[in-house]
Amino acid sequence: MSAADLITSSPRRPTSGQSVITRIVIYGLLLFFAIIYLVPLIVMVMTSLKPLDEVTGGNMFALPKSLTFAPWIRAWGEASIGVSDTAGIRGYFMNSIKMVVPAVVVSTLLGALNGYVLTKWRFPGHRLVFGMMLFACFIPFQSVIIPMAVILGLLGQIGNQLIDATGFSFGFGNPTVNLVLCHVVYGLGFTTLFFRNYYEAFPTELIKAAMIDGAGFFQIFRRVLLPNSTPIIIVTVIYQFTNIWNDFLFGSTFAAGDQSPMTVALNNLVNTSTGVVEYNVNMAAAIIAAAPTLFVYVVAGRYFVRGLMAGAVKG
Amino acid sequence: MSVTIAPIAVAERRPRPTLRERIQHFVPKLVLAPSFLLVLIFVYGFNLWTVFLSFTNSRAFTSFTLIGLANYEKLWNWTFETDPPSSWYTAIVNIGIFGGLYIVFCLALGLTLAILLDQKIRGEGILRPIYLYPLALSFIVTGTAWKLFLDPGIGLEKAVHDWGWTSFKFDWVVNPRMMIYCVAIAGVWQTSGFVMAMFLAGLRGVDGEILKAAQIDGASAYATYRRIVIPIMRPVFLSAIIVLAHMAIKSYDLVLSVTGKNPGGAAELPSTFMYSYTFTRNQMGVGSTSAVIMLMTIAAIMIPYLYSELREKRQ
Repeated sequence: MSAADLITSSPRRPTSGQSVITRIVIYGLLLFFAIIYLVPLIVMVMTSLKPLDEVTGGNMFALPKSLTFAPWIRAWGEASIGVSDTAGIRGYFMNSIKMVVPAVVVSTLLGALNGYVLTKWRFPGHRLVFGMMLFACFIPFQSVIIPMAVILGLLGQIGNQLIDATGFSFGFGNPTVNLVLCHVVYGLGFTTLFFRNYYEAFPTELIKAAMIDGAGFFQIFRRVLLPNSTPIIIVTVIYQFTNIWNDFLFGSTFAAGDQSPMTVALNNLVNTSTGVVEYNVNMAAAIIAAAPTLFVYVVAGRYFVRGLMAGAVKG
Repeated sequence: MSVTIAPIAVAERRPRPTLRERIQHFVPKLVLAPSFLLVLIFVYGFNLWTVFLSFTNSRAFTSFTLIGLANYEKLWNWTFETDPPSSWYTAIVNIGIFGGLYIVFCLALGLTLAILLDQKIRGEGILRPIYLYPLALSFIVTGTAWKLFLDPGIGLEKAVHDWGWTSFKFDWVVNPRMMIYCVAIAGVWQTSGFVMAMFLAGLRGVDGEILKAAQIDGASAYATYRRIVIPIMRPVFLSAIIVLAHMAIKSYDLVLSVTGKNPGGAAELPSTFMYSYTFTRNQMGVGSTSAVIMLMTIAAIMIPYLYSELREKRQ
């Protein structure tokens, strides 16, 4: 049983010794903490539905007196973000999607292939290779960001020369492409880990049988392993999607202005020093930024937790 | 092979591998090679590059002029420069405060919630996701929410004043000396659910028979947890502490969003120190030195842990 399955399994604690008062205290504490965890989200939602004077003049815990969706419309399509020309966070939301989809697909596919090789086609030194990829999950990005900036700068120069020569950059120097590269490279460790641990438990006899039937490397992968990998694919996709969508460090370093992903735009919007602070618009923008990952969590919470546990309890 | 006659084939007990077989032999390595190469270059190569830069006088651009340990000496001296405090001194003190509070409170809250949830609670399936959902949010969203929530002008302080307690004061989020504590509050809110999940999995893995035996022996619930359950869960504590410590060191976006871009460097952490020295103060040599120190700290935490985890798996 995996760690994540343990959480959802039912408790077997003896409770006969507990008095009614103990039970009340336990439920009281659990409810109290549940409220504490929920309050920031509730306040965010309520603030985003109030006119600005009600936010600055009223109590943040009070329900909106005059319900308005104007802050949401402003956040999505009108609010000015930093010094950029693009109004609203709409464009940045799309930037994030354009970055997340290819990065998740590529890193998951590579992780699946790596996990397959590292469990079913072992070679001398496979443990060292895996160990090195595993440690890569945990490095602080600060220790790679300067070389990355240099290399991405070079790619940008190549792109400029290609534009001079052919009128097209072929993706060189494109911020979205750069961010996809970053997220694929630094996500590989996790995706490889997920698939390796999953395929480790996959019966090798089935692979052997397929080999005797004459199936090759890719055929076995496509016909035998992939059809049985749905759960781990979901876990990996969710994990990568959440991490990449929520990334800030790479986004703020390697994509500027109109090309920024959602998190960077939100940070710029919230910390704009000019004019009145529109708290309600900020909160609407924050909820929009959180919506995709929250949606995934609500729809597939089980897989989400499984990914988290797999990323924490190694081996 | 087309002219093979039966007796010869019998005489050759071990036929030479066919071309197809030899290709098959290399395919797995060829499939793994690109990923491993990427990790080798972008993780290990880049780390070494950063180490090299820490020995140079790089400023706004990378330089190849070696200056020995001068950058390290500079940081070492700054570590003790308290009056006025140097940025590095502030960063060290803050990572101590933030990391310490973050780890201790996440562990305490996580363990408490896990034990409470493990008491045959009705509605566990509703409560558990509530404690966990902040993990799906980006640190920028979390920071934005908590910045509003703790803002004395419109947030908690204002609300408590409205309720009649007018002398209540809670202005930590705008008070430079207390900002780092707000970062810790937001961080605990975001991550404690994760620690709860880890502990809950640990608790559910404890053999029910042992607990029954303790109950028959007349052990109180407190004694059972204190003397039996918690000692059994020592490995979970270790995992949780290591994961939290490495997250604390990597924390970056949370500081910026809770404090509003870290005004005056009051909430400086090694991660923000590295970024500002490298990209805004044009002292890349010093910046990469701090990155190397971050990397070394994380390596010192993670490598022994990963090593032991991988070894355990082998047995």
